[in-house]
Amino acid sequence: MTSTINSAEFRANNLKTTLVLGVIAVVLAILPWALGHFFESGNSWLRAVDFALLYIMLALGLNIVVGYAGLLDLGYIAFYAVGAYTFALLNSPHLQAVIPEWLFQPNFFVMMLIAAFVAGVFGVLLGSPTLKLRGDYLAIVTLGFGEIIRIFMNNLDRPINITNGPQGINNIPAVQFAGYDLGRPIEFLGVSFEKIHLYYYLILAMCFFIIFVSMRLQRSRIGRAWVAIREDEIAANAMGINTRNVKLLAFAMGASFGGVAGALFASFQGFVSPESFTLMESIMVLAMVVLGGMGNIPGVILGAVIVSITPEILRDVINPLQQALVGRKVVDPENLRMLIFGLAMIVIMLVRPAGLWPSKQRRAELAPKTKTISQQENDSLQDAERNHD
Amino acid sequence: MTASANTLLEVKDLKVAYGGIHAVKGINLEVKEGELVALIGANGAGKTTTLKTLMGMVKPAGGEILFKNQSTAKIEAHDYVRHGLVMVPEGRGIFGRLTVEENLLMGAYWRDDKAQIANDLERVYQLFPRVKERYKQLAGTLSGGEQQMVAMGRALMSRPKLLLLDEPSMGLAPIIVQKIFEIIRMVAAEGVTMLLVEQNAKLALQTANRGYVMESGKVTFSDDAAALLSNEKVQQAYLGE
Repeated sequence: MTSTINSAEFRANNLKTTLVLGVIAVVLAILPWALGHFFESGNSWLRAVDFALLYIMLALGLNIVVGYAGLLDLGYIAFYAVGAYTFALLNSPHLQAVIPEWLFQPNFFVMMLIAAFVAGVFGVLLGSPTLKLRGDYLAIVTLGFGEIIRIFMNNLDRPINITNGPQGINNIPAVQFAGYDLGRPIEFLGVSFEKIHLYYYLILAMCFFIIFVSMRLQRSRIGRAWVAIREDEIAANAMGINTRNVKLLAFAMGASFGGVAGALFASFQGFVSPESFTLMESIMVLAMVVLGGMGNIPGVILGAVIVSITPEILRDVINPLQQALVGRKVVDPENLRMLIFGLAMIVIMLVRPAGLWPSKQRRAELAPKTKTISQQENDSLQDAERNHD
Repeated sequence: MTASANTLLEVKDLKVAYGGIHAVKGINLEVKEGELVALIGANGAGKTTTLKTLMGMVKPAGGEILFKNQSTAKIEAHDYVRHGLVMVPEGRGIFGRLTVEENLLMGAYWRDDKAQIANDLERVYQLFPRVKERYKQLAGTLSGGEQQMVAMGRALMSRPKLLLLDEPSMGLAPIIVQKIFEIIRMVAAEGVTMLLVEQNAKLALQTANRGYVMESGKVTFSDDAAALLSNEKVQQAYLGE
């Protein structure tokens, strides 16, 4: 087609990309050891990093629904919950007696597919009654959906005990991977890898897989259809896009990302309970997407890292800071931490309304180059005038 | 009005009602292959409702719509394009956050003949060199006239058998409107059959082969465009003379 790319430039870009990716790969590979080396509490930092990776998956999933298809979802954490409980129920001894043997503790990849599929089904369940809703109305319904899922998990211990209610499900075993139990330290090349390290690499790998799927989706025909629907549903329909199915697909795809993240979360924690899946969590994931840059994959990843890591950093920084400045504890560190965090988010949104790393589209939309437009309009007018004479 | 072999669209006694209000009260019209037909009338005459019903976005309360001698009643809205019924919506319906070229390619969303799509894209660029100049730009940053060109180009990418234009002049400066009608003539010269719904009666009739005049949900006049232009009553009511 018409898009001609200078091949030398292309190769140079390619080389640069490869270099950047190489550096990132090395950094990520040694990160657990670096954290252990530089910080006394290296493992708690690594734990925060593991969670940040889970949040990246969640944020990328929500990005499909909110960023691409433009459907505001305030109950997204429900799919994380569905994935987590699916893993918990199929792997912990809690329901072992009633689950058919072939389905109990399935192979890792099968388990991930099941989690993605079950969450995807719930995505369609949420999507189908809300197809005609948009914006704030959709937000209210999805908010309700998120709460319904949580309340169900809280109360499905009676009359038949399925979810074990508010106590949650424990004794969830770690993932078995190619004959290895990720719950126990593994010796490799003379180095002992603990559970938290093993999970870091597992979650990292899944995270890369999800980033890859996200990128492919964005550039695909279906990705363009999502953007078209967000821009103008009637015109999209007239182009032959089945808006109903394409929207449901957005809900299902987004939900399945959440399901995978949830399953990893359950096996990493070894324990799930309804209180991990509150409205606040949904809002945090939405904040990651919006703050990072809706619709832009690198932006969303950045948003997820910042929103999930900053509170952890503040946790370590605030008490020494208070001691140094005032000499004693004035404010409860937990409150102060959230206060600073909230303020930081407000400042970022004021300074960069399109997010920290927005897509070029979003930037153009929020900062219209009025000068260029009027220039063009002027050109058009002159052009028309010339042709008209 | 009898359906001849080359009748593309035939509307028989079409009635549309919103709640209890009858917006379209039994109209007949037809479009033959190769024709450019104008549907004119004042605000609220039922033109846009008629068009929306033709595109399956509103369900008729009565009557029949035949496209290529087949009823369109069972076709889903998103399948119209596969049958060759394509609309350029009011306000152009451009996808502002896609580039110009991506917009054009959306027109070919339903097609999978890649080579032909590339050919059609070239054809559209030849027709609108201005659009080609801006192919990488986000469509939302174009001027109104340019957006209309993109909308028309996108519709052509769908390979329409019948192109429905909803108020193409709306919201544009008079000088741009002239330009838009030139584009419509260009597209007509390519052999595309069109039904043009327009408030600017004079320009529409000067451009079209035939015309229908709608007034409060009914067709009050239908004739050759030239005849309508010289019809005294039409002149008084719509042409401001």
